[in-house]
Amino acid sequence: MEVDRLLGSGKLGKPFWGGNTCAEFKVQLLWLPFSSSKSKKTLSKTGVKNIVLVDGVRTPFLQSGTTYADLMPHDLARTALQGLLNRTGIPKDAVDYIIYGTVIQEVKTSNVAREAALGAGFSDRIPAHTVTMACISSNQAMTTAVGMIAAGQCDAVVAGGVEFMSDVPIRHSRKMRKTMLSLNKAKTLGARLALLGSIRPAHLAPELPAVAEFSTEETMGHSADRLAAAFGVSRREQDEYALRSHSLAKRAQDEGLLSDVVGFKVPGKDIVSKDNGIRPSSMEQMAKLKPAFVKPHGTVTAANSSYLTDGASAVLIMSEEKALALGYKPKAYLRDFVYVSQDPKDQLLLGPSYATPKVLERSGLKLADIDVFEFHEAFAGQILSNLKAMDSDWFAKTYMGRTSKVGSPPLDKFNLWGGSLSLGHPFGATGCRLVTTVAHRLKKEGGQYGLVAACAAGGQGHAMVIEAYPQ
Amino acid sequence: GVATSCGCSVQITRSRRNTLFSGIHTCCTFAWTHVNYEIKGDVAVIRISDPNSKVNTLSLQMQKEMTEVMDEVMGNSAIKSVVLISSKPGCFIAGADINMIQACKSTEEVTRLSQEGQKIFEKIEKSPKPIVAAINGSCLGGGLEFAIACQYRVATKSKKTALGTPEVMLGLLPGAGGTQRLPKMIGLPNAFDMMLTGRNIRADKAKKMGLVHQLVDTLGPGLKSPEERTIEYLEEVAIDCARGIVNKKLALTKEMNMMQKIQDHVMSYSFVQNRIYSTVEKKVLKQTKGLYPAPMKIIECVKAGMEQGPDAGYLAESQNFGKLAMTPESKALVGLYHGQVACKKNRFGVPEKEVKTLAILGAGLIGAGIAQVTVEKSINTILKDITEEALNQGQHQVYKGLNDKTKKKSITSFERDSILSNLTGQLDYSGFEKADMVIEAVFEDLAIKHKVLKEVEAVIPPNCVFASNTAALAIKDIAAASKRPEKVVGMHYFSPVDKMQLLEIITTDKTSKDTTASAVALGLKQGKVVIVVGDGPGFYTTRCLAPMLAEAVRVLQEGVDPKKLDSLTTGFGFPVGAATLADELGIDVAAHMAENLGKAFGSRFGGGNLELLKTMVAKGFKGRKSGKGFYIYQSEPKPKDINPELKEIVESYKMMPNPAVSSDSDVQYRLISRFVNEAVLCLQEGILTNPVEGDIGAVFGLGFPPFLGGPFRFVDNFGADKLVEKMKTFEEVFGNQFTPCQLLLDHAKDPSRKFHN
Repeated sequence: MEVDRLLGSGKLGKPFWGGNTCAEFKVQLLWLPFSSSKSKKTLSKTGVKNIVLVDGVRTPFLQSGTTYADLMPHDLARTALQGLLNRTGIPKDAVDYIIYGTVIQEVKTSNVAREAALGAGFSDRIPAHTVTMACISSNQAMTTAVGMIAAGQCDAVVAGGVEFMSDVPIRHSRKMRKTMLSLNKAKTLGARLALLGSIRPAHLAPELPAVAEFSTEETMGHSADRLAAAFGVSRREQDEYALRSHSLAKRAQDEGLLSDVVGFKVPGKDIVSKDNGIRPSSMEQMAKLKPAFVKPHGTVTAANSSYLTDGASAVLIMSEEKALALGYKPKAYLRDFVYVSQDPKDQLLLGPSYATPKVLERSGLKLADIDVFEFHEAFAGQILSNLKAMDSDWFAKTYMGRTSKVGSPPLDKFNLWGGSLSLGHPFGATGCRLVTTVAHRLKKEGGQYGLVAACAAGGQGHAMVIEAYPQ
Repeated sequence: GVATSCGCSVQITRSRRNTLFSGIHTCCTFAWTHVNYEIKGDVAVIRISDPNSKVNTLSLQMQKEMTEVMDEVMGNSAIKSVVLISSKPGCFIAGADINMIQACKSTEEVTRLSQEGQKIFEKIEKSPKPIVAAINGSCLGGGLEFAIACQYRVATKSKKTALGTPEVMLGLLPGAGGTQRLPKMIGLPNAFDMMLTGRNIRADKAKKMGLVHQLVDTLGPGLKSPEERTIEYLEEVAIDCARGIVNKKLALTKEMNMMQKIQDHVMSYSFVQNRIYSTVEKKVLKQTKGLYPAPMKIIECVKAGMEQGPDAGYLAESQNFGKLAMTPESKALVGLYHGQVACKKNRFGVPEKEVKTLAILGAGLIGAGIAQVTVEKSINTILKDITEEALNQGQHQVYKGLNDKTKKKSITSFERDSILSNLTGQLDYSGFEKADMVIEAVFEDLAIKHKVLKEVEAVIPPNCVFASNTAALAIKDIAAASKRPEKVVGMHYFSPVDKMQLLEIITTDKTSKDTTASAVALGLKQGKVVIVVGDGPGFYTTRCLAPMLAEAVRVLQEGVDPKKLDSLTTGFGFPVGAATLADELGIDVAAHMAENLGKAFGSRFGGGNLELLKTMVAKGFKGRKSGKGFYIYQSEPKPKDINPELKEIVESYKMMPNPAVSSDSDVQYRLISRFVNEAVLCLQEGILTNPVEGDIGAVFGLGFPPFLGGPFRFVDNFGADKLVEKMKTFEEVFGNQFTPCQLLLDHAKDPSRKFHN
């Protein structure tokens, strides 16, 4: 109907590709291909506030231990915030609230959102808080912002995420900490000496931040390997997928599509303007690697897993009214979202499989309605397992209590500008990258609906539907 | 999976045995039901599954088909290697078929069975094509011997995967090469540990010991069920291993670190080995008191193999296997095994309502113990007491029980917390309206039991079962206060509940079948071996124990000190001596029990002077819990000392022993015969439904010597006539306490009458 109306109008009366201006052509591209086949013309609901993504940026994602090595987490977050300020030109006092997501907290800046906001020059009258939900922390930051706006408490919120793996808090052992804390309370010299004398070599062993799932004591890589085995995903399939991710990321980088990246003049070092973990290798090279977690017969290797990354991201989210009032042309609507959780042992990384059908159902869309998919790539094996799970009626019925499968996203719409495997995965920052990328791809590819999905430690998951903002 | 074969041997048609890999082949078609194989490239995957059972056993049929399949696989030049796997989830091979051994009539026959097994596994071991055993689930006894004859072993990390040689628990030894291969594979100390204790080794430990080469993770949901896919995955990995061995990419020798190399070197000296033998022998003798022949035979076989070479070793193994199978000890232990299996079934059927919420009254030792074994099975459990102090102690006991498991790494701290979340401790009756069953474990006093029964019935739903945990009070007396006696049942747990396997369930005339079924189902879920007995003073177990303890008191009064009494009872095969048992039970409990039962049964339950126990209680000597009983208990006393103040008490109740019935052996038989006679009387009176439950109850609840198989098996083996004869001698001196019951007399008269066939 929309098409007919458009076609019927005087503006588009003639064949739409003939003699139109460039701008008109764009409109047609955006509206025509999907309006004819979509389940819904738009996800706008009467009585529900439209919430928009004004823009999103991120620092270059760097492998940890490289150029960012001497910074602190809030430095990265600060840079992303400044980038957002520059990019959007928003007045510093027009923002009502700032929320950041992070996973491994620097104890000195546990509310990293506040430290970064102050450092980035935002008004000190803007409150800020930090959320954590493993790899979907910045998704949580964004949806918290959406909630605040929907509830009418705020009109403009900055959400972001940061992760800094070049430096992580390494603690003294519990015994040592206990001794040191007692030392503070010891009143006499004798008592202090007695405490010091009680220190044994075993006290000195440091405690590293856990890389394993707390509830199951299993590392994520190990779980990913088991997941791949459960779904019968071969080593070759995983290597091929990883190679695809790196190749697509390289192309996107070369073609300048990764426009969310803002340059960063690292103090005492060069300007960083590009992600540095994109390395398209060859199948032969990748085949040489030994399994990293399940030895000797495992299939998950360093080359088909995401790597430890430093980076930060930020997005500006507003009510549509506010954005328009401030004179912005928003990039996308943030629509329905869901969080899911399941068994942290055997289904740790299956969040996308559970979240995707649920969010589609909520928004009344079908998988075929989605033009752009951006899934978080924790491991190639995890992505491929999720694709297989989504394509299995048996899995849908047996484990998800659904009547049939949701279907597997077509790869020609899937993570076309690379993913966490290649671009890098700063845990807390990835969510905003996914959402901004969907908005940019919708625009570039002329789609209407995009879907973000991600898995997270703890056996949790998230998905969000994003709708292109009419041009 | 029925495979069609074109290569069964001629000999198979003539004889079912001695056919492995015989070269003579003739063409015929043959349907296999237990074993089949599939060729995957150059690897033959042999899959085993007994169609008639939940587990695979090395039955004659299994052996026969395995032999035929192996023949065919070995004869096919396109096959370069073999994977052996079970298609049953949770079971590789659970062992040899016990019935096959039991069917044998002579030592020679069993020895032949062993030799055939040895031959089969020798062929496996010497197979020119590498064979990889892919193990998921139980790999026990003959199954383990099969696996260790293979060139390579891959096992899943499943909790169900267990490797072990439990033969010793059946009074046997690993009779198909196990005593010879295990020491070489994992070293003498580990091999002895496995074979002499019979304990199960979990996958991770097995890898560390060198018992398996590689471990495979269990998988979660995928495109197939976790169980199915895990087996497939195991097979895939095993196939890779098999190819790896053929391509020489996979080494068959285990990687050893410096420590292991040094250890192996040290072990190679014969004087070191001799030292191990003598240490192990001493330990075994100390623990078995020489009553169990199997452990010593195991050591003998290992020694023969190590010192005189494989021929002598294998010969010793098969001959000793034959000998052991014919011993009464083995027969008794096998009988217990069957009995235990029978008592793990609910003969009352499936209850109408599964217990999802259990409430326990009384957070004492028993109450908290019941709570622990219940929360472990993810059942919501309410633990109620009347004081915060008692509740606190009870909750701590549950926590400690679970935390000890965490320390032993059998559960993670997270699992511990998650299990504990099923427990609610409280002082009131809130939530009881959702209870499916209430077990009271309050003080053994009828008035108190009546009070709680009435309180509980006021708050529970109509279908809720009320179970009373009591050691001696009659259930019908407790039920007298109930509005719904059909819902009242007795559940007698044994302390410590998390360790003791037995649960004695007591039904009254009024207890409904569904109530009983519900109690049995809960007990089985809690991992208990369950016997169901009739109502009466002391039910079955307490009733058997009481006369024995009464006799023990008399023995003490006759001047035998507690240590001597303990050594006489342990010397007979009880795991705990009579004096120690009384201390553990609590002298006050024992006195209470003796008094109650004395009233019910009269002078038959007399013997020792009850006042002796009462005096002890009056002085505060209540056993271990009070720090003093027959012994004194300090913080960590290695050798516990006799309570010095006991002498004076005993002195005041002194009796003159009659030398005609006071030899060590006489004392032992005085103790045991009263126990056994009372057990037989329980069967005669219908308290027991069958001798099997009687044997299981006595062994698992009271520590009756396992090698005797229980009181009924003991009568069968010892001879009812001989026992009656002994009892009559005692009867002359002591009177009616030793009067044999009618059923025992009947058996004595007719030697063909046996409790067990």
